[in-house]
Amino acid sequence: MPMISIRNVNKWYGTHFQALKDCTTSVEPGEVVVVCGPSGSGKSTLIKTINALEPIQGGEIVVDRVEVTSPKTNLPKLRARVGMVFQHFELFPHLRITDNLCLGQQKVLGRSREEAMEKAMRLLDRVGLKDHAEKYPGQLSGGQQQRVAIARALVMDPVCMLFDEPTSALDPEMINEVLDVMVELAKEGMTMMVVTHEMGFARKVAHRVIFMDAGEIVEDAPTEDFFAHPRSERARLFLSKILQH
Amino acid sequence: MDYHWNWAILWAPSPDGNGTYFDMLMDGLKWTIATSVCAWLVALVFGSLVGVARTLPFKWLARLGDAYVELFRNIPLLVQLFLWFFVIPEMLPHDWGTFVKQLRYGPFLTAVVGIGFYMSSRVAMQVSAGINTLPRGQRMAGTAIGLTTAQTYRYILLPMAYRIMLPPLTSEFLNTIKNSSVALTIGLMELTGSARAMQEFSFQVFEAFTAATVIYLLLNAVVTIGMRMLERRVSVPGFNAGK
Repeated sequence: MPMISIRNVNKWYGTHFQALKDCTTSVEPGEVVVVCGPSGSGKSTLIKTINALEPIQGGEIVVDRVEVTSPKTNLPKLRARVGMVFQHFELFPHLRITDNLCLGQQKVLGRSREEAMEKAMRLLDRVGLKDHAEKYPGQLSGGQQQRVAIARALVMDPVCMLFDEPTSALDPEMINEVLDVMVELAKEGMTMMVVTHEMGFARKVAHRVIFMDAGEIVEDAPTEDFFAHPRSERARLFLSKILQH
Repeated sequence: MDYHWNWAILWAPSPDGNGTYFDMLMDGLKWTIATSVCAWLVALVFGSLVGVARTLPFKWLARLGDAYVELFRNIPLLVQLFLWFFVIPEMLPHDWGTFVKQLRYGPFLTAVVGIGFYMSSRVAMQVSAGINTLPRGQRMAGTAIGLTTAQTYRYILLPMAYRIMLPPLTSEFLNTIKNSSVALTIGLMELTGSARAMQEFSFQVFEAFTAATVIYLLLNAVVTIGMRMLERRVSVPGFNAGK
């Protein structure tokens, strides 16, 4: 039983622009899948459909046996079980780091303040930011903020994690501290879907790579195969551009 | 100019029999403050509701909010006060209309409602703008951790939006105070009304309106300082609102 199953997903923006064209793929428990492709290819949109941040007009998405696309699904409850990390961190600027980590636990999961704090401190320790617990997001560097954002997703005990270009907004010297946390997470067996251009990360931890272009899943292959023998011309071109440096 | 200045007039007894002319102005000030504060509360409550409605993902509700804003923003305040005071009571069922017309604090209540709704349209604009200024990702981040729309507004969007809005809201509060002077046209003896009465009784027009001017300036200075203190109190470390 896959953790995430995406079947024939179609999405339009307005009536003319089709953002996702008949996308089908699945992610097994414990699997790390990297989604890459040129900008505007629909990769961010695709992972946002998984926790219904982006509605779809056709197809079916199932996460941990819950049908995302069914109108009967309790979406807040589902979203609480799917961790999401954004390109621009999106920490809540008016809340201390601890409160950023406790808000969802208390308001969505109904945990007590003590329980939530304990969990928050444990996760902050894990991402190496225990000393910053009482600060506000604006007082941290980008890399630190993104690590807090990962911790904020993890305190909810998610069944899988979605990363939407988690390092694209970071200064180069901060990318590794974030990738290190993600590598650790992958090693522990977290199911992850990661939209990224960090091909080094993909090579090191991804089990599979999905390549998208113009709203289509063009390639969906084990990592080794994808880098060694991309089947499509579009993927070859993309790789040659991105791996040049 | 041949004008006989006489500041001592302020301490002369006023013909209304309630003390000096200065006391009369102070009574006016009390009504100005009461009217402004009450109207401001009406403006904040309704402005916030309508402002939030305009940012919700329901088109019909946003349209309704737009209509509200356009209605109250585009009719002159003076006309609105006259409508509330002279026209609406006539349109009500007879008993209600009589009841409204006989209200003891009719002019005051009408001013609170009239100025309150008028200002609420401006507050609504600020609230919507404040919410829309926030990065789109903030709403998504709240939604993504499982918060409902109401919770996302309550815990994430509104606390930041109100912080960003504080400086423009200060201006709107000052506007509310200044607009309270329009209420003299429906017979509320607020500060401007008192100054005019003083001038009519004493013929000391310059003293009356100079005193009123100074009192308005002081009152608005207090509000400005108070709002600045509030801004500083709720400022978020590491985050510069409005920058």
